[in-house]
Amino acid sequence: MSNINNCADNTVLDIRNLSISFQQYAGRFSHTQLETIHNLNVKVHAGELVAIVGASGSGKSLLAHSILGILPYNATWSGEIRYRGELLTQTRIEELRGSEIALVPQGVSHLDPLMKIGTQILKGRKDAATRQKMEEVLERYGLGDGVENLYPFELSGGMARRALISMAVLEDAKLIIADEPTPGLDAKLARRVLSHFRELADDGAGVLLITHDLELALEVAERIVVMHDGTAVEDTEACNFAREETLQHPYTKALWRARL
Amino acid sequence: MEVAVKTAKNLVRVALLLLCASAIAFTLVSISPLDPLQTNIGQAALGSLSAEQTAQLESYWGVGEPPIQRYLSWLGDFVRGDMGISLLYRQSVATVIAEKLANSLLLLAFAWVISGVLGFTLGIIAGAYQGRAIDRAIQSYSLIIASTPLFWIGIMLLLIFAVWLQIAPIGLSVPIGMEAADVTLIDRLRHAILPALALSITGIANITLHTREKMIAVMGSDYVLFARARGESTRRIVTRHGVRNVILPAMTLQFALINEILAGTILVEQVFSYPGLGQAVVTAGLGGDMPLLLAITVISTALVFGGNFIANTLYGVVDPRIRKGVSK
Repeated sequence: MSNINNCADNTVLDIRNLSISFQQYAGRFSHTQLETIHNLNVKVHAGELVAIVGASGSGKSLLAHSILGILPYNATWSGEIRYRGELLTQTRIEELRGSEIALVPQGVSHLDPLMKIGTQILKGRKDAATRQKMEEVLERYGLGDGVENLYPFELSGGMARRALISMAVLEDAKLIIADEPTPGLDAKLARRVLSHFRELADDGAGVLLITHDLELALEVAERIVVMHDGTAVEDTEACNFAREETLQHPYTKALWRARL
Repeated sequence: MEVAVKTAKNLVRVALLLLCASAIAFTLVSISPLDPLQTNIGQAALGSLSAEQTAQLESYWGVGEPPIQRYLSWLGDFVRGDMGISLLYRQSVATVIAEKLANSLLLLAFAWVISGVLGFTLGIIAGAYQGRAIDRAIQSYSLIIASTPLFWIGIMLLLIFAVWLQIAPIGLSVPIGMEAADVTLIDRLRHAILPALALSITGIANITLHTREKMIAVMGSDYVLFARARGESTRRIVTRHGVRNVILPAMTLQFALINEILAGTILVEQVFSYPGLGQAVVTAGLGGDMPLLLAITVISTALVFGGNFIANTLYGVVDPRIRKGVSK
């Protein structure tokens, strides 16, 4: 696949100066704004897997929620989010999410506990073509053999993750946002799940992987964005993590040393 | 095998429950300071009776007998299927209860269905649109009604519909002075509507508040957030995920409601002079009509237990986590 096209065409997600703040009540009548993310810039190109790495509580999930327009009601955001060059307004994201832009959430708690997997994946569609496609996708992720007729509580952690990934695959999403898809899995399973995201990027989708696990992120991502205190302190090629000298920020260096 | 053990356990449980309920009811009446002779015959009439007549009446009401002996003899008959003769109505308890229950059942069924259906719907709507105007309206209604005494609502309904507007009868279950054979179904319904309404109004409030809480929990869950991220609209989320996940706790509520409505009929039937089970139990309790009181106690306890039992059984059928868990 040649990527000689100019950058603007190839950029799937472009986040500029994103700030997210929460309204907090301080006393009875006054409230303060608590800024959780400030001046964040992230770019994801087609065919690229970008990992956002940060400690829990650094606002990583909020980033995912703001792209998808599902921030809680007491949160406000400013800045610009562009999808393939087009400004993502609330109306536009509501049209795109679930089809071109897909979220792959953490785990089984994101599945309706009382609905069969297949029914959830199909999202109400009943046509034969979609059914056929779903069966192929499930097969590809080793979920054939009637997994579609199981309820979420009957799935293992790894199966649930793969079921959630197959939802994004069925929609042919061009931008996939994976929010912490590995916790609770052992190293081997986690690697397998991440390799699925790598495949999706290789097939041409832009993947934004949100994780706290730098080690695993380095194995699959082209670029690493390190988040600390609500902003990106480092945005660099994964290969720069080979040596400490090529890293800029003290926090990233500290992370690098922690790996050893 | 497992099912048989479970059923046997439940039967033992219900038997013990009924035994306790009847014993407690009996104890309460026997320690009541009311003298059945004075209450039912009157102080003045009692004074004019001969000693012989008084003794006859005392043995009829079982005044001198030791309580344990009276309870055991009642229990012995009851177990053999003989509920005895009502001392006040002078008819077999079975006949009295059959007649009263038929009257009450109309109220019970109406209030049960209306409270369940409307309460569930309102709760779902309020929970789905938490904080919006419609939620605040539904919540205010429910909170106000839930903290209003049932008898007061009954009196208000009477005042508005029977006294001011004069479109509903003032009480009783059939028109006054009409022969039983001439009473039509319409007449009965017309007389049942106000008490049933009073019961429903309070029932709805409770079911709504509980359903709303459950719905808010569902709407705040990870799977609803994910459904939204997958492009499902609020309307679809409510119908596809909301209702599905709220229906199980709602089922428990719906059957627990039998209990509340049954207790409510006592007040409502008093206010509307409606001759049902609720009124019979008050009459029996105040008049010292032990056989009737105990029989009603046992039957209503059985009704409540039956409701909870059905809810438990249905849970196993409806919830895949329990259904599949059991079969494994």
